[in-house]
Amino acid sequence: MMILSGDPPRSRALSILLVVIILALLATPFIFPGAKALNVAAKICIFAALVASYDLLLGYTGSVSFAHTMFYGIGSYAIAIALYGLGPNWTSVAVAVAAGLPLALLLALAIGLFSLRVEAIFFAMITLAVASAFLVLASQLSWLTGGEDGRSFQLPELLRPGTVFVGKEWFGFPVNGRILTYYLVLTACAAMILALLRVVNSPFGRVLQAIRENRFRAEALGYRTVFHLTYANCIAAAVAACAGMLNALWLRYAGPDTSLAFSIMLDILLMVVIGGMGTIYGAIIGAAIFILAQNYLQALMGIASTAATDAGLPLLPGLLHPDRWLLWLGLLFIASVYFFPTGVVGRLRNRPPAAR
Amino acid sequence: MTLTLETRDLTIRFGGHVAVNSVSCSFRPGELTAIVGPNGAGKTTYFNLISGQLSASSGTISFDGRDITNLSAPLRTRAGLGRAFQLTNLFPNLSVEENVRLAVQARSGVHYDLLRPWMARRDLIARADAILDQVALGSRREISATTLSHGDQRKLEVALMMALEPKVFMFDEPTAGMSIDEVPVVLDLIGRLKQDKTKIILLVEHKMDVVRSLADRIIVLHNGQLVADGKPAEVIASPIVQEAYLGVTPRSAA
Repeated sequence: MMILSGDPPRSRALSILLVVIILALLATPFIFPGAKALNVAAKICIFAALVASYDLLLGYTGSVSFAHTMFYGIGSYAIAIALYGLGPNWTSVAVAVAAGLPLALLLALAIGLFSLRVEAIFFAMITLAVASAFLVLASQLSWLTGGEDGRSFQLPELLRPGTVFVGKEWFGFPVNGRILTYYLVLTACAAMILALLRVVNSPFGRVLQAIRENRFRAEALGYRTVFHLTYANCIAAAVAACAGMLNALWLRYAGPDTSLAFSIMLDILLMVVIGGMGTIYGAIIGAAIFILAQNYLQALMGIASTAATDAGLPLLPGLLHPDRWLLWLGLLFIASVYFFPTGVVGRLRNRPPAAR
Repeated sequence: MTLTLETRDLTIRFGGHVAVNSVSCSFRPGELTAIVGPNGAGKTTYFNLISGQLSASSGTISFDGRDITNLSAPLRTRAGLGRAFQLTNLFPNLSVEENVRLAVQARSGVHYDLLRPWMARRDLIARADAILDQVALGSRREISATTLSHGDQRKLEVALMMALEPKVFMFDEPTAGMSIDEVPVVLDLIGRLKQDKTKIILLVEHKMDVVRSLADRIIVLHNGQLVADGKPAEVIASPIVQEAYLGVTPRSAA
């Protein structure tokens, strides 16, 4: 239990769900063939960590930030710029970490000290403004960031698909640098989520919850809440930047659409809410559900639509046409927020005792 | 050197309204001072100025030999000013135990420890439980603060201040809205605090019987001004208190 920091899932259904997700992620390279499955799995890992770090802010301190993709982008671009500019080697990766992390931390510190003193809405506005400025900056500084096109780059030798560790004869496909990269992403994300779980269950994390509940009272107890909130903001930013670095390493690319766009910010918000705010575990569930839906709903609907046509049913083939997948995705989200207002994790944890 | 708390010409204005007007008063350890006055006299505002929730327009506050006028609320708490609020002011969705544990944690100076689980600090939990037993809330420690009865919430409010182990205890109507059988728990607690002659205790209270039984000294605020200060018997008998509380002056009554 120490690895979970004394905060186990506290629900059998939730535990089973988590174990299934984690086992599936661990085994993806070996049981789900094809590049798409591996891409989806890597994205789930990265977003689970990214969303968990956002949950630290939204769920535990109650502050709404719109700058989370900025930190994610800083990480992504740090890797992309370093590997593009300095060549595909481990020194470049080290340079990216050494430059990207402090930059993210410094920005988070500045935003926090500047805006977390006052009311929550001010923090939200400032993060929105800074993130917008950063997005414009990233697309304008083409010489550095590649502008709208972003930057593609080569990975260090070890992580390239061409680097084969185990030949085809063992598993029917080669175990190569791509799979190593996947496990690097998986391990790093798991470590970050466990670290966040420790943070929220530490004495410090408990103060964050107190601030969310009643900031005025927390101050009256002697907690200087600005520092706690700023500290939390910095931790969240650091994890987001790391997730961004993994994202860039996985995609071998960084651009506005994959790391800085506001649509990603919205996705993060949705994942936190669907999974369950203030739980950390919700991030894993939310990311898994959301990204699976995003990637497979269209295909699933294609199958359903064809099946309905074959069965000669009226109306259904049109409704289930793959082009309408965004409509169904939207309905899915509305339904999940309606039926699980406290998120999937909140719902599973608060199951009445009779359901045991 | 003995502990001192002193306000000098303490004033706060809200626009044109002067809520606390040039109040100079010093408080000594081992003495329970009751602050009385009609509603809107500025009692709670005076408390807010001392504990740092409001900052003064003019005047100074000194505590324990230093000027604390410009200190923020958290730093005043750390310096030893404890406050129980009039309007119950808790962490509603956290458990009763957690409410007190947070106060114990603050007292122990554990602010930024994020590497170990909170449960590893058994000492903080044990201390919180001991304080809950003192206010007769030991059996309620698992439930969330918001589900407590009003009287129990008031007791928890007091427990939070106790957990801070302050040098100055500031009670703001600790028994307001409590049922008759709950009041003695809090009054006993204050009575026990009085035994410790090194603490300064301030009490805002409307119930004159409570004031009479506990106070060593009474100060009267009226329209933000300090209008009387002295032994309970003298102050209660004085015309100014009769006017403030009964709305009559000896002259107009005649």
